[in-house]
Amino acid sequence: MVSKAASAGLKEKKLRPLSANTAIAHAVMDLDVDVIAAYPITPQTTVVEKLAEFIANGHLDAEMIHAESEHSAISATLGASLTGARAFTATASQGLALMHEILHIVSSLRAPVVMSVAMRALSAPISIWNDHSDLMNARDTGWIIFFVSTAQEAYDTIIQAYRVAEDERVLLPVMVAYDGFLMSHTMEPVVTEDREEVLGYAPKRAYPYKLDPSRPVTIGTLAGPEWYYEFKYQQVEAMEKAIDVIREADEEYARRFGRGYGVVECYMCDGSETLILATSSYASTLKTVIPKAHKSGYKVGLINLRLYRPFPSEYIESIVEDKDSVMVIDRAISFGAPYAGPIAAELASLLQSRGLDVNLISVVAGIGQRKMLEEDFMNLVKFAWENRRRRVPDTLFYGVRK
Amino acid sequence: MSGNGVRLLKNLKEIPREERFVSGHRLCAGCSIGPVMRMLTKVVGRDTIIVNATGCLEVSSTPYPYTSWMNPWVHIAFENTGAVASGVESAIKVLKRKGLLKKDVRVVAVGGDGGTVDIGLQSLSGMLERMHNVMYVLYDNEAYMNTGIQRSGATPLHARTTTTPAGSVWRGEWRPKKDVIGIVEAHRLPYIATASPAYPLDMVNKFIKGLEYSKEGPTFIHVLIPCTPGWGYDPSLSITLARLAVETGVWVLYEIDHGKFRVTLKLKKRKPVIEYLKHQSRFRHLTGDEIREIQQLVDSEVERINRMVGEEVIGPVVEG
Repeated sequence: MVSKAASAGLKEKKLRPLSANTAIAHAVMDLDVDVIAAYPITPQTTVVEKLAEFIANGHLDAEMIHAESEHSAISATLGASLTGARAFTATASQGLALMHEILHIVSSLRAPVVMSVAMRALSAPISIWNDHSDLMNARDTGWIIFFVSTAQEAYDTIIQAYRVAEDERVLLPVMVAYDGFLMSHTMEPVVTEDREEVLGYAPKRAYPYKLDPSRPVTIGTLAGPEWYYEFKYQQVEAMEKAIDVIREADEEYARRFGRGYGVVECYMCDGSETLILATSSYASTLKTVIPKAHKSGYKVGLINLRLYRPFPSEYIESIVEDKDSVMVIDRAISFGAPYAGPIAAELASLLQSRGLDVNLISVVAGIGQRKMLEEDFMNLVKFAWENRRRRVPDTLFYGVRK
Repeated sequence: MSGNGVRLLKNLKEIPREERFVSGHRLCAGCSIGPVMRMLTKVVGRDTIIVNATGCLEVSSTPYPYTSWMNPWVHIAFENTGAVASGVESAIKVLKRKGLLKKDVRVVAVGGDGGTVDIGLQSLSGMLERMHNVMYVLYDNEAYMNTGIQRSGATPLHARTTTTPAGSVWRGEWRPKKDVIGIVEAHRLPYIATASPAYPLDMVNKFIKGLEYSKEGPTFIHVLIPCTPGWGYDPSLSITLARLAVETGVWVLYEIDHGKFRVTLKLKKRKPVIEYLKHQSRFRHLTGDEIREIQQLVDSEVERINRMVGEEVIGPVVEG
């Protein structure tokens, strides 16, 4: 419940009960997106249903392309973006996997497309429930990737995403990822902003090399061995530059709207000897567990990893360098890898590259939305604490029946 | 050709002189895609965005940092040309509505047979079904020529390809060519036509109509493109072979204008198919029986067309 005083203050700010999905639809409407191309897949569908409702009732003037597959949805979104429209799509799971080929082309052509991903497990067996297998599969496609942990953050990050993507210093597509069902279908109070203010913050900047008869360009050429590498290295540089633009966009957002998130959030890190790195709704849940853990003497803090690509290495380094250990909770499996958790493997490479003597613990949990209650998180907190100075070579598969 | 209010060309001299598909591309000597694209871009003019599927045309015309295209041109991938064109067209529509685009910009999609009748069929169907204002041009050289002559759904009966070789067990492709026009027609388009580079006036007028009618909904032009390495003939014979395909009834020039079928080049008599087959190494392995089988396939298609029109628009086979 919102207190009377708070609700009075928020009245002008339009507080609405929204899921992450519908919050994203509101952001897309407030951004005056021109073209939306999508294909239905659980748990993404209510994003597009809500957008269809906005268009059907004249609240948003956009073309909706009812694509016949996700492959076509992302292709049409890309075509629209390259023609100078602000374009959006949304997907999950098999849909993101089906898009995979084109995801690489969107980033390589430097199209400022924004996509929301309601993260879900991959088949087989078919599972409509949450984990991060779909997103990890798309990790190396050259997109900027955000994890968001509340419906409010989902709304705000979609708005920030367009400002970053369309910035000429960046020109990269952005994925905004959040937990399917745990967030996509969970109502939270969300503040939405006025459209003029949103567009004032993120004014439409069309693709600078758009398909335009008055200035014809050839997009999507063949490049031989003497050229291809430089195209790829430009993407490397764009990613490197993006982190400052992302931080700048977040700071400006905080100035204008009073909400900022940083590239990583550190929760009760000060005074903690060990940290847990978690993403999306798990980070939110851990925020309710950690204060209780501290009371029981487990001095464990939380790194809520918000920006995943580009990886905020320097920020993580400064957070972890004086800690005993970091436990990474992954919700995807890299089969046969030294650490089964993909983000744990990345932390290992970060610690190694910076020469940091910080103990690393890899945990996989929540695969196919295996139930994770507060007590389960408390178990992980205890495990992190008890093993903070002990080497744990193998990934802990938490909650599995062996 | 009946105009229906569309300004058609009376002769080839009326084709715009301005070159919009320019020299320096890397298409094979004698490849007939080049002349077809040259004619297409001349008549669609500057205010047209071209969306191109992966294939011979795409790789040959845009070796970075060069391009043959004077029009805005985009290539994304192999199987999604219909979808990309849908996105481009939707962007134009909404940007015009919002006053951010003043010009009347048109969209032409171009794909080969693999990119259209096989891997791109789903996205083509999506584009057609959603009624996007796009003219789609299929350049059909009857196999995956860009990757080295593998059979496609558009490969004709008995043609030898690298994946349907003529050996002691296999005798080349054993299935007839996919009827892509039939599939496209099921989408009830305002305009569908077949064309041939050997009949350039007929072809460009179909491009003009196709572009004009694309204001109502998607249109589809299917052009048969002889391929020197894939079909195996002397590079000087491309246009001759395109003409022989028509003269033998292998390739009938027609249009379907709002559902009304009309043969645009009537023939009093046809040459036997052997006149077309004999120049091509892809048919060199054929026995007399196999040639007769191809002749029968063409005869039955001609008969179907004549029956549909209600008169003998394509005449009988006359030797010599």
